Amino acid sequence: MYPLGVYARRIVLVMTVPLTLLGLMERRPQHGYDLKRDYDTWFGRDKPLSYGQIYNTLARLTRDGKVVVSDIAPGAGPDRKQYVITGDGATEFDAWLRSPVEPEPHLQTTLFAKVTLALMLERDASGYLDRQRAAHLRRMRELTEVKRSGSLVDALLADHGLFHLEADLRWIELTTARLDQLAREVGR
Amino acid sequence: MSLLEARDLELHFGPTPALQRASLTVQAGELLAIMGPSGSGKSTLLHCLAGILVPDRGEVHFDGARIDGLNETARSPLRRDAFGFVFQFGQLVPELTAEENVALPLLLNKVGRRQAIQEARSWFPRLGLDGLEQRRSGELSGGQAQRVALARGMVARPRVLFADEPTGALDSLTGEHVMDLLVESARAHGTSVVVVTHEPRVAAYADREVVVRDGRVLAVAALS
Ligand SMILES: Nc1ncnc2c1ncn2[C@@H]1O[C@H](COP(=O)(O)OP(=O)(O)OP(=O)(O)O)[C@@H](O)[C@H]1O
Ligand SMILES: [Mg+2]
Repeated sequence: MYPLGVYARRIVLVMTVPLTLLGLMERRPQHGYDLKRDYDTWFGRDKPLSYGQIYNTLARLTRDGKVVVSDIAPGAGPDRKQYVITGDGATEFDAWLRSPVEPEPHLQTTLFAKVTLALMLERDASGYLDRQRAAHLRRMRELTEVKRSGSLVDALLADHGLFHLEADLRWIELTTARLDQLAREVGR
Repeated sequence: MSLLEARDLELHFGPTPALQRASLTVQAGELLAIMGPSGSGKSTLLHCLAGILVPDRGEVHFDGARIDGLNETARSPLRRDAFGFVFQFGQLVPELTAEENVALPLLLNKVGRRQAIQEARSWFPRLGLDGLEQRRSGELSGGQAQRVALARGMVARPRVLFADEPTGALDSLTGEHVMDLLVESARAHGTSVVVVTHEPRVAAYADREVVVRDGRVLAVAALS
């Protein structure tokens, strides 16, 4: 359990972009342009990726052996290249997809990305949601204990975390109940 | 060994399967939360564990003995002596005052009336119910009645308290107060608590949670 002070100060920067792109390439090999379009459609409605971000991320993934470039199409220029996920990339993506995210407030985009990608790739989205629920409740138990044993200030800080995690959990329940529907929409 | 165990319970209401091979264990002194969508079978499971409903198939064991096969004459003292209840609906006896309602489990256990009422009264200030001792259930708000029911569930210090949405009618602050008291009292007397709730913040008071879906108790894979 984190000390409450750390919890309150903790700012989460979850690195979901590279993993989400890996997931989209797991679906099928992609041109940079298509990757951007898919990403923006599903995960970037509020915050589309720039081409710079896309190609920088792809360059890093390529350097790390998670992705290889296949130049099948004739001609030159970045848009001719197709990016293909490697075995290493697929393993890393799979591990990420299955593991619950560390429960912190403001996670919704990561939870959403995992559920959507799991459905796109016909993986076990419901199993993931169950694991995420268990992780959330475990964190909520810790915060409840802090609240029961600490000062009023601790209690109020813990409550802030509890209400936010509860909001995530409600979303998890609702999404669990609507997985079939969502799968149809995502599978199109 | 676990204090209470359900093994592969099945129960139908007519054609509706309410439980399908539901299994569950509760350790002595453990607080277990049962969560899950409406209509998934949580109350039915609780009632089977508590010997109120008899499953069509499967076994319920309490304290080393099988209790699902017992006839009503044998089950009713068990419910009276070893179990406490806070139900989801219609719980208080309308003809009795609030304090008589709380004293009821003690009276049924042959505690003298004076002592039973005195013990019952000691719960009122702790639950924020000062001055309501003489009211009848029709004269209490939903949340007040729920707290009276909670006191009644705990007053005889049962081995297991079964609580079905015990904070359903309460605002968050009162709900928390009630859960604090429930946990404190359960820990002090080694009472196991099985609480059905759809509120994550209530479930977070428990040591462990299980999820019921379509009449089954889900096994959530251990976290990596
Ligand atoms: N007495 C009854 N007669 C017929 N069907 C019943 C009866 N009690 C429950 N059911 C049905 O059994 C299923 C499980 O009901 P149960 O009351 O256990 O659900 P629950 O999980 O407690 O739901 P809630 O969260 O709404 O209280 C439901 O489909 C319900 O309609
Ligand atoms: Mg119910």
